[in-house]
Amino acid sequence: MIYLDHAATTRLRDEVRDAWLDAQGVVGNASSVHGAGQNARRVLEEARESFAITVGAEPIEVIFTSGGTESVGLGLQGLWRRRARGRDLIVLPDGEHHATLDTVSWLERSERARIAPVALDAVGRIRADAFHDALTGAALATALVAGNETGTINDAARLSEAAARADVPLHLDAVAALGRTRVDFAAWRGDAPSGGGLVAMSASGHKIGAPVGTGALVVSRTARIEPMLHGGGQQRGIRAGTQDVAGAVALARAAELAEQERDAEATRLEALRAGFVSGLGRRIPSAVVLGDPHHHLPSTVHVLLPGAAGESVLFLLDQRGISVSTGSACQAGVAEPSHVVMALGYSAVEARQVVRISMGRDTTAADLDALEDALVDAYERLRS
Amino acid sequence: MSGGVDSAVAAARAVEAGHDVVGVHLALSRAGGTLRTGSRGCCTVEDAMDARRVADKIGIPFYVWDFSERFRDDVIDDFVAEYRAGRTPNPCMRCNEKIKFQALLERAIELGFDAICTGHYATLVEGDGGLELHRSSEEAKDQSYVLGVLTAEQLRHTMFPLGETPSKSIVRAEAAERGFSVAKKPDSYDICFIPDGDTRGYLAEKVGAETGDIVDRSGSVIGSHEGAHAFTVGQRKGLSIGRPAPDGKPRFVLEIRPVTNEVVVGPKEALAVAEISGARFSWAGAAPAQREFACEVQIRAHADPVPAVAVVADDALVITPDEPLDGVATGQTAVVYVGTRVLGQCTIDRTVSAVPA
Repeated sequence: MIYLDHAATTRLRDEVRDAWLDAQGVVGNASSVHGAGQNARRVLEEARESFAITVGAEPIEVIFTSGGTESVGLGLQGLWRRRARGRDLIVLPDGEHHATLDTVSWLERSERARIAPVALDAVGRIRADAFHDALTGAALATALVAGNETGTINDAARLSEAAARADVPLHLDAVAALGRTRVDFAAWRGDAPSGGGLVAMSASGHKIGAPVGTGALVVSRTARIEPMLHGGGQQRGIRAGTQDVAGAVALARAAELAEQERDAEATRLEALRAGFVSGLGRRIPSAVVLGDPHHHLPSTVHVLLPGAAGESVLFLLDQRGISVSTGSACQAGVAEPSHVVMALGYSAVEARQVVRISMGRDTTAADLDALEDALVDAYERLRS
Repeated sequence: MSGGVDSAVAAARAVEAGHDVVGVHLALSRAGGTLRTGSRGCCTVEDAMDARRVADKIGIPFYVWDFSERFRDDVIDDFVAEYRAGRTPNPCMRCNEKIKFQALLERAIELGFDAICTGHYATLVEGDGGLELHRSSEEAKDQSYVLGVLTAEQLRHTMFPLGETPSKSIVRAEAAERGFSVAKKPDSYDICFIPDGDTRGYLAEKVGAETGDIVDRSGSVIGSHEGAHAFTVGQRKGLSIGRPAPDGKPRFVLEIRPVTNEVVVGPKEALAVAEISGARFSWAGAAPAQREFACEVQIRAHADPVPAVAVVADDALVITPDEPLDGVATGQTAVVYVGTRVLGQCTIDRTVSAVPA
């Protein structure tokens, strides 16, 4: 089985599993006053400090959550509900993840939020000037650090700077970015005014080798965020609930390892990617590799195969034991044509002719050779 | 695999027969709901999950394939257009013709499959002249009518494992034995893309409900209606005329005229149709050797077949029932049988009244 859908999820790292299991042996509610509670608390806070270092934040800014979707939802509705008076605009670039889109759409429907869309350029990057213009008088803004479909990396520093100057709170979705490209909350936040500029950033554990059910929302000290869960007031009151000590340990360890390997992995994966892309270009000249050729996650290749239904390609590859995706894994029910691809300017028909390949720690050159052969065979069959 | 018990058992039987089987659930409606509400309609996310769990149980791969655009174009839009034109369409025929045994079959063959297997109650028989489509062994559950639109080429790539099973209750019992949670799931009926069953309301929205006249055969206006699409030929209920007919007998819808937005009514005798014909016809297998032959014709899925004579004219299939038929609407499908064999079908576009006006 050749698994090439690491952007959907990736294997639990051995060290992370061991650390997680170890931490499960720590019995105690981190909020309890007694020794057992203190011990659990210590383990938890060490994890928080570690994760904070990895993402460039202060420990007090790290809120552990159940994953990317919760983090994004908490960040967006949280910022919305504590927004400055008289503001009802949400700056929303095209092509965001469904966790963002669906949350914003919910706020639009149920709380009369208005949306200021921001177009992507032809390679899927958020247009910084358009983003800047949209910020005027906005309640909040959100943006992907790196796209989960195209792998395009946005200029988070520039977007954060624009938000700071406009004094608009910004949420960054770092779910696909963490561990694959540089993430630095403090550097991006800079000296933005209190409550404005970069104030929140989402991360997910299972994308980097921690268990599903782990994640974090980085929230700056002065950010105003309305919680979703109410209960014990844990984590600055922003995210109540008995804290998942083992989950935090796992997330922190996974993030630390991912960050340690990042440069070496980037070099390795970029070489594999380049080899694959050039081979593909020779054997399927009409194939289009989407996204930014210069600013992309080295692990992701998003390919448009004209005239071949993505569903059919996926099936043929699956039959050969190769797992790829046609878009984000998270679209429940009916498969939709990729809104991200449409945001790049392609038609709905073309948006169904894409295949997303995402590599991981265990991906080898042989895997990509097999993928290339399988894609060529599939394409030939579907085009004949 | 719709998530229903028939396709579940059909899939299981295909696996047991030694075939290499993959389960596919068709995503046909963009607005698919999440949960099943009652037994109407089909293909919510819950239905897809039911199908998936059956696939898990029988150990086959499972995919959901999106044919919603083609379904919208070929089935839903056609449905609305037919009603707009004053005809009574059968969307299930169109779905079989264009989606299940065409779009899906094309993709299946493209991906290396040999056949589509469904839970339809019908049988395939190798006859002297080639493959034949026949009724299932149980008349009550026979679905050969909706398959009447299939061609010889399509039939070559189909499998109906349930055709020989004498009763639906046996299929349900088998499903229970196999541990399928769908064993007790009620059948879906009505139109799958109108899940609340309110066809009238659906059409009012799509076709628009415009008030118009109800007229008798001489053209006199005798009442009014709130939307011609709410009526179908042969209908008796829902006519708000106010005053009784001169002969005191009930009135029936004879014709719908979309251009003038009129509904024509008359006595029951006027419903009698002596001849039906259709320019769009097909053979479910080899075409008949003779131009004119005795047969049985069935004009609805649950109507009784009646003896008739069929003539293959140059441009149409013309069917003359031995006794006049009541309430035949254009747009309906006439399926022609010889014994248990489905010979073919036509979409009725012309009817000749048995009673001169």
